[in-house]
Parts: sequence; C-alpha cells; structure tokens
Amino acid sequence: MTSPSAEPGEPLHTVLRSASKEVRIGHDQRFCLIGERINPTGRRIFQEQLRAGDMSAIEKDVKAQVEGGADVLDVNMGVPLTDEPELLASAIRLIQSVTDLPICIDSSVVEALEAGLSAYEGRALVNSVTAEDERLAAILPLVKRYDAAIIALPNDEDEIPMEADKRLDLTAKIIRVATEEYGIAKADIVIDPLAMPIGADTTTSRVTWETMRRIRDEHGVNMTCGASNTSFGMPDRHTLGAAWLPMAMAAGLTSAIMDTRTPQIVEAVKAADVFLDHDEWGMAWIAAHRAKAASAT
Amino acid sequence: MTPQEILQGLYDETLVGNAPRVLELTEEGLSNAMEPQTLLFDALIPSLEEVGARFERGDFFVPEMLIAGRAMAGAMERLRPLLAETGVATVGKFLMGTVKGDVHDIGKNLVNIMLEGAGFEVIDLGVQVAPEKFVAAIEEHQPDIVGFSAFLTTTMPMFKANINALEKAGLRNEVVVMVGGAPVTQEYADAVGADGYAADASACVKRAKALLDARRTKVPA
Repeated sequence: MTSPSAEPGEPLHTVLRSASKEVRIGHDQRFCLIGERINPTGRRIFQEQLRAGDMSAIEKDVKAQVEGGADVLDVNMGVPLTDEPELLASAIRLIQSVTDLPICIDSSVVEALEAGLSAYEGRALVNSVTAEDERLAAILPLVKRYDAAIIALPNDEDEIPMEADKRLDLTAKIIRVATEEYGIAKADIVIDPLAMPIGADTTTSRVTWETMRRIRDEHGVNMTCGASNTSFGMPDRHTLGAAWLPMAMAAGLTSAIMDTRTPQIVEAVKAADVFLDHDEWGMAWIAAHRAKAASAT
Repeated sequence: MTPQEILQGLYDETLVGNAPRVLELTEEGLSNAMEPQTLLFDALIPSLEEVGARFERGDFFVPEMLIAGRAMAGAMERLRPLLAETGVATVGKFLMGTVKGDVHDIGKNLVNIMLEGAGFEVIDLGVQVAPEKFVAAIEEHQPDIVGFSAFLTTTMPMFKANINALEKAGLRNEVVVMVGGAPVTQEYADAVGADGYAADASACVKRAKALLDARRTKVPA
C-alpha cells in the first residue's frame, strides 16, 4: 500500500482509501472536497447528544455531506468533557458502516487520533500536525505506523505566521522532518497554507495564495485548507466561498475542508476544475449536467 | 464647529471607521477646550455601543466593527494621557491573553477592540500565555477582569490550570475571570469555574460590564 512516489516532474498523488473506495488528491486531479460538518464544535445540541451517546446526528450530517458531493469526510469529535478517543473511534466505525468515502480523522488530541486510526479501515488522512517539534514527534510516528497521510499546518509554538516566507520555512521544516526522520512519503504530506478570515485582515488571502503558489512550485506537495474560515464575519458567505475557492485552486490548492451542502460553492469548484484542465474536456461537468437534467424530468 | 457638531461628527465618523477624521475631530475638540471625558463619554463610547448593537442585530459585520474600533483606538491614544491627568477612571481594567499552547489571536484581538471601544483599559499579554505569566501580570496591573482565550479543545483545559494558579497565588477573589474562544461554551465556562463567558466580542463587552456592576454593588468601594 505504498503511494506512488512520483518521478521528477510527475505530480504527487495523496492516495486515501476506505475499505472499498480510493480517492486521489493531486495537482493534475479534480479538486478533492473534504466535507467538514461532522464536527460538534460550536453546536450545543449536537454536543449534548454525543455526550448522551446519541450518534443519530452524525448519520444525518454524513448523508448531507455525501449528497452534496463530498469526496472525503472530515470527522471531528472534539466534545469538551468527554472521552474523545472513544467517541471518535465509535463515530468512525459508525460512519464507515453507512458510507464508503475515505475519512479525514480530525483531532488535536493525539490519543484520539490514535484511537481513530486504529478503528479506521483503509488509508486515512490525519488532521493535523503543526511544525512544533513536540507535535511532530507525537503524531508522525502514528501516521507512519498506520500508513496514513497527514495534513500539516506551517505554524509553530510562537505564532501563526502572517508572512509567506515564514510559512514556507515551516513547510520546508515539516517536509524535511516527515520524510527524513519518519520515512513518510512526500506524497502523503498535505500542507494547509493557512486561510484566515478576510474580515479581520484585508491582505490575508493574498498572503495565502502567495504561500500556495510557492508551496506548489517549490515542493509540489498537495494542499488543503479550511475554506469556510475565509468568509467569517462577512455577509453572503456562500458567494465569497464560491469566489475564493477557484482563486485558491488557480494558486495550487488541491483540496479543501468545506461544507459541501452549499451547491453554489461546490459548483464553482467543479467549474474551476474544467478551466484548470483537471476535468478533461469537461466530461465530469457534462455528466453532472445530464444527471441534473434527467432528475428534473 | 460647535462642541455639539464636534460630538456629532466624532460619533458619526467613528461609526463608519474613518480613523483620520476621528483623530482630527478629537484634536479640534481639545483645541476648543472641550473636556477629554466629554469626547469619550458623549461621543466615542456611545458610537462604539451603537456598533456593538448593530453587530448583534446582524446589521454590521466584522470589518465594520474592526475599523470603528481602530478609529476609536486612535482617538484614545491621544486622550488616554489627558484622561489619566484629570483622574477620570476607565470603565475597568481588562487583562487579556491566549492561553499556553495556543497561538490563535484573531478573535481575542476583536474582543480587545470592542472592550477598548467600551472604555475599558485593555492590557494584552498576547498568545501562549502561561499561568505564571497571568499571575505575575495580575499582581503587576491589578486588573478588574482577566480574560482567557482558547481556540482549540486541547488548549481549553488551560482555563482550569490558570484558575488553579490564581487560587494558589491567592488572587482568585481579586479578579473576575472571563473565558472565550470558538469551542468554548457557557457550560464549559461553568465547569472550569469561570465567572463569565461570551460568544462574541460584542457580547463580551456587555457581560464584562454586567460582571463589574454586580461586583461593585456587592463590594462597595
């Protein structure tokens, strides 16, 4: 189950699998939509349900993301005052019983990541590690042991850098440590170039896109980011999301953790795939059009 | 300009975040022998209160709150030394920091802006603030309120560690503790023994004022 280690010039493919399905993230692939809503953060009722052992909301969220066109599902069970490892493992077992999409296991608790990885059937994406030495040392061995791929954020214990240069330095560090010290393939490292809310800093998206271009050109690795974050605090967030993602894709973003329930955003991404020649001759676009026309009659 | 026009201008220009104009009008007011506290309490603070109210109603958005707060902060920089001379008390002193292990500060910075806008003196310790650093800063600055910010479920437990450190230093009853951040809930704030929680910057200002009012009526100065 090794990932294809790319020839020089060949795009790196991050290969994710469930028991029966494979998804590839790559600079020559259609954009990978990682559905984000299976996450109780900021959802009080969902948290109470999970604390009471009621997992029914998870199934509903999974269904909504899958129907919206998710390729991968991000699963986060960060409920304060619970046994997160146990909860995350149960959620992953449940989700794998209702969908064949690969899973992105999302936690900042190392024990929860391990519990999730051990419960998961297939090749997972782990969300996430930072450039902090302690975090790298705690999480990368798990990624290696369970043959997973890893999302890495170029921030360290001092700050979330606001300059592209510092983000590039930390990206280089992460790639060096992961490949040289832990034997993780470059194809299995997915960098999150850090997308921040435009409402709090008017220059932030330009920095993010510069970071993306340079990561693509200098390292060729795949990238993802929390796309919804960029429109935080602004009105008409869907339109902003539908503009932001295609611009990010042109700068080298190959996947995003996003809410696939919004057709406006999903369709903008699919359209960008056509223009970036990641959807050859627009065949997927045309097929989707036909399916929509057929279901309308 | 008449004093009334200056106050109206300050209110209006702060509301739309016109920082250069707010500073000009502040200077104009001072050169017309208006009292700094008049400019503060009759124009700047009411304007930021209106910003907060519009934000809560969904009529104002984050960037508008941010530029209004910055416009006010510019005027405050000019007024603060004058206010200190005249001995006008601020609404309260608020010590703020993102907890140890956490480097997120966008939300915290928005809260700071709105607190300053409401007339609080804010001392920001930045990110990655260890419990002992909070303790030392409380001893040094003697704030009315200390605010702990956390963005991650893994760093939220630092609230409890900070509160324990305050107890150990004998400071827990000297200061009101507020907590906040994306994953934080009222329930969690209660569980760690914080005095207050708010979901966003505007709500934080209201809660902070209410907590201080309650404290001041309980313990007459």
